Amino acid sequence: MTNARWIRITSSTNIPPREGRPVRLEDGREIAIFNLGDRFLAVDNRCPHSGGPLCDGIVTGASVVCPLHAWRINLQTGAVDRPGGAACVQSYPVRVDEGVVLVEVPDRAAIAKQGAAA
Amino acid sequence: MTRLVVVGNGMAGIAAAEQILKHAPTFAITVFGDETHVNYNRILLSSVLAGEQSADDIVLNPIDWYQRHAIDLHLGTRVIDVDADGKTVTSDDGRTTAYDVLLLATGSTAWMPPIAGLDKDGVFVFRTLDDTRGLLARAAPGVKAVVIGGGLLGLEAARGLQVQGCDVTVVHLMDRLMERQLDPAGGAYLQERIAQLGVRVLVNRSTTAVLGGGGVDGVELADGTKLEADLVVVAAGIRPNVELGRRAGLAVGRGILVNDFMETSRPDVFAVGECVEHNGVCYGLVAPLLEQARVLAATITGNRGAKYEGSIQAAKLKIMGVEVFSAGAWEDAPDAAPVRFEDPALGVYKKLVLRDGRLSGVILVGETADSHRYMEWLRTGKDLAAERRHLLVPPPPADPGVDVAQMPDSATVCGCVGVTKASIIEAIHQQGVNTLSQLKEATRASTGCGSCTGLCQALLKAVAPDFEEETRKVLCACVPFTQEALREILRSQRLRSVQDVLDIYGNGAGCEVCKPALSYMLDMRWCGDHDEDRSARFINDRVHANIQKDGTFSVVPRMRGGVTSAAELRRIADVADKYRVPMVKITGSQRIDLLGIRKEDLPAVWADLGMPSGQAYTKGVRMVKTCVGTDFCRFGTQDSTAAGIELERRLEHLYTPHKVKMAAVGCPRNCAEATVKDIGLVGVEGGWQVVVGGAAGKSVRKADLLVTVETTAAALEAAELFFQYYREHANYLERTYDFVERLGIEKVRKETVYAPAPVKAALRDRLRKSKARARDAWQEGRTPVNPTQFIPLDPIDQLNV
Repeated sequence: MTNARWIRITSSTNIPPREGRPVRLEDGREIAIFNLGDRFLAVDNRCPHSGGPLCDGIVTGASVVCPLHAWRINLQTGAVDRPGGAACVQSYPVRVDEGVVLVEVPDRAAIAKQGAAA
Repeated sequence: MTRLVVVGNGMAGIAAAEQILKHAPTFAITVFGDETHVNYNRILLSSVLAGEQSADDIVLNPIDWYQRHAIDLHLGTRVIDVDADGKTVTSDDGRTTAYDVLLLATGSTAWMPPIAGLDKDGVFVFRTLDDTRGLLARAAPGVKAVVIGGGLLGLEAARGLQVQGCDVTVVHLMDRLMERQLDPAGGAYLQERIAQLGVRVLVNRSTTAVLGGGGVDGVELADGTKLEADLVVVAAGIRPNVELGRRAGLAVGRGILVNDFMETSRPDVFAVGECVEHNGVCYGLVAPLLEQARVLAATITGNRGAKYEGSIQAAKLKIMGVEVFSAGAWEDAPDAAPVRFEDPALGVYKKLVLRDGRLSGVILVGETADSHRYMEWLRTGKDLAAERRHLLVPPPPADPGVDVAQMPDSATVCGCVGVTKASIIEAIHQQGVNTLSQLKEATRASTGCGSCTGLCQALLKAVAPDFEEETRKVLCACVPFTQEALREILRSQRLRSVQDVLDIYGNGAGCEVCKPALSYMLDMRWCGDHDEDRSARFINDRVHANIQKDGTFSVVPRMRGGVTSAAELRRIADVADKYRVPMVKITGSQRIDLLGIRKEDLPAVWADLGMPSGQAYTKGVRMVKTCVGTDFCRFGTQDSTAAGIELERRLEHLYTPHKVKMAAVGCPRNCAEATVKDIGLVGVEGGWQVVVGGAAGKSVRKADLLVTVETTAAALEAAELFFQYYREHANYLERTYDFVERLGIEKVRKETVYAPAPVKAALRDRLRKSKARARDAWQEGRTPVNPTQFIPLDPIDQLNV
């Protein structure tokens, strides 16, 4: 039984270096994918503070700064760097295969299981 | 005893003899020298020519040194042949001398380029003490000298002759002086400095002939130019003296070939110094030949083991007041990371080239105090990760507060500029210096490498009655320089992208504070001719709209002077309907705001509006509010509407350190609130008052009067001058009201409306250049910089769950 799958998103050239782009999946989730130059990272496109679009933030190192109130989110872990003590956002594994960016998304069963465990 | 014959009484031959004597004092040494002098320091010939030292001062091995070591010395005797099989040398005095081991240290001679007339009386080379004496005999005030060759030696000769009063011209074939040691920028700095000293420099010029009957009276260049000359110095390069090596049957390339043990192709013949070629390189400088001499001595005395593995090429120009140092591989290359500093006013240029985080080459012009540090890094191949921020400016000493009281008054505080403790104290007392910047201005102390800044501060603290510590407000931790310093860095280092600035001067990452600031500075400095990097911009400047709390955007089209038309209003209404705009709002800026528009709809909205961007989302030119002025108002004294529209036209689409709001009013009733705007035009009877630095936002401030003028054209010009001045000198995110307060309106006036005509012209010229490149940002709706600039990604795969 698989509980996650890789989704092909887009050509890697569609995300300029040090910028993010949003993608909406059929299950309703919106993910922000970032091109850090040497790798791609992905998190939910929603700042835990007030829902700001993280894809529109300025990238600083491996973090992004939310354009609304400058919360800083670590793109590798989804943790909020600034301010401290805030809840994480979900991060997603990303890989690039033959110039295409893929994101690994948990399937619904896995999400349900996570929900049940919580 | 082993019979060692050394051919060459120069620095390399004698250095080798000294080393050999240390190893094995049992050698019976014979030395032949074609000069009539004991071994002297050839490098210092330039200071003999310049009159700084006498011939005696530069002697390295006096005659009693030879006697002490029982060296059989033959001066003024040239060895003309070698019989390598019979193991003898023949000298020009007809004598044949037998050897067991032969050491060739024949050095090099000046290369004579193919120029007609080089045999004329008055043509010199500059290699030996005799050459130097010959030059000194001719050099005198008013004598015209031409030096052919602008390398190390040529420049030293030129300066020496000039010090003797000659009128000197250097003619150099290449495009820059010392092209083997300096990159084009370094060459330019050197040329500037040499020219300042009064030596004329012609580059890219080839000399074709030396003119004159018996004696020299001029030179002719390839372009037909004729230069008067009483004496000519040829310093066009050197060639290793390999003839004896050939006669001895040695393998010879450019020089006599030697291996890492300084062995030639024959077991009993050795060579050292400028006449040898090691690993494809002939060295013409002193340090390598001393290293070679050490290795050679080990090999020749039966202690073979030490290896000569080549030297880092390092050169220092020895002209007083012209500091030049060059070492290693400083050429630009794909794998090389250059780090530069320059200060044209000081004539200082520094370039380090790193490879894999290690120093590979360095060029220093104008200030070479750190050359030892860099040579050490080159020699050791030190990993510079820890020094990355202090490559060009050494870190401040751990304890900058060394007891300044204990320093003698004569002690140098600033080694770069040469400022003593006494002169700093004098400046403090006599010129009322209280701050570091005042001290810098008064004495130039700490304006060089900056390493004495702590010391200067400590002195100020101790001596100045009203010392004010200046808090250095750096832009941010990512790139820890003041904005003023960064503006200067961008200019002098010709940096054109945010990432380059961050890579070279910062942490490579940057953040939401420094990236937009650097983006602005680059755009302003290069008048828009920079590498625009949207990732360094806030989202508003990526999509040219103002992000709202829900992630949607607001759209404010430009309505110059707050004047619109029925057609525009209809289009705005249609857009509001078509895109179901949640709110249409009249702003305080005499414009209309459409709020709640989705990012992906922006290009279509702009196209439907058919109006230019109002820049309501950015640090740029917002609007010029106007009243109806003389058009309709019965009190109006000036046509404020037309003036406001013209002002907006002239400045729109430009970016500024912070937003710039303007207004033009037709009379002092001030209906469009011009006196609380960043720039205001206030119509009065017979003219305009131009006011600046007003605010009615977070701060409320009445604008200062910049100038009163008679015509609308003059009012617009004054506004432009202030506008560009603010663009160039304000810190990013500094509104005009803070800027004007920080500088004081008097200074602003002095540097804008009351500035000399060329300064004003230059300000307006830069403004014009920027304006010429400025575009309505909303044109990007049609031609986005990136295909996904406005639209979300559309996934290739569907989830299908």
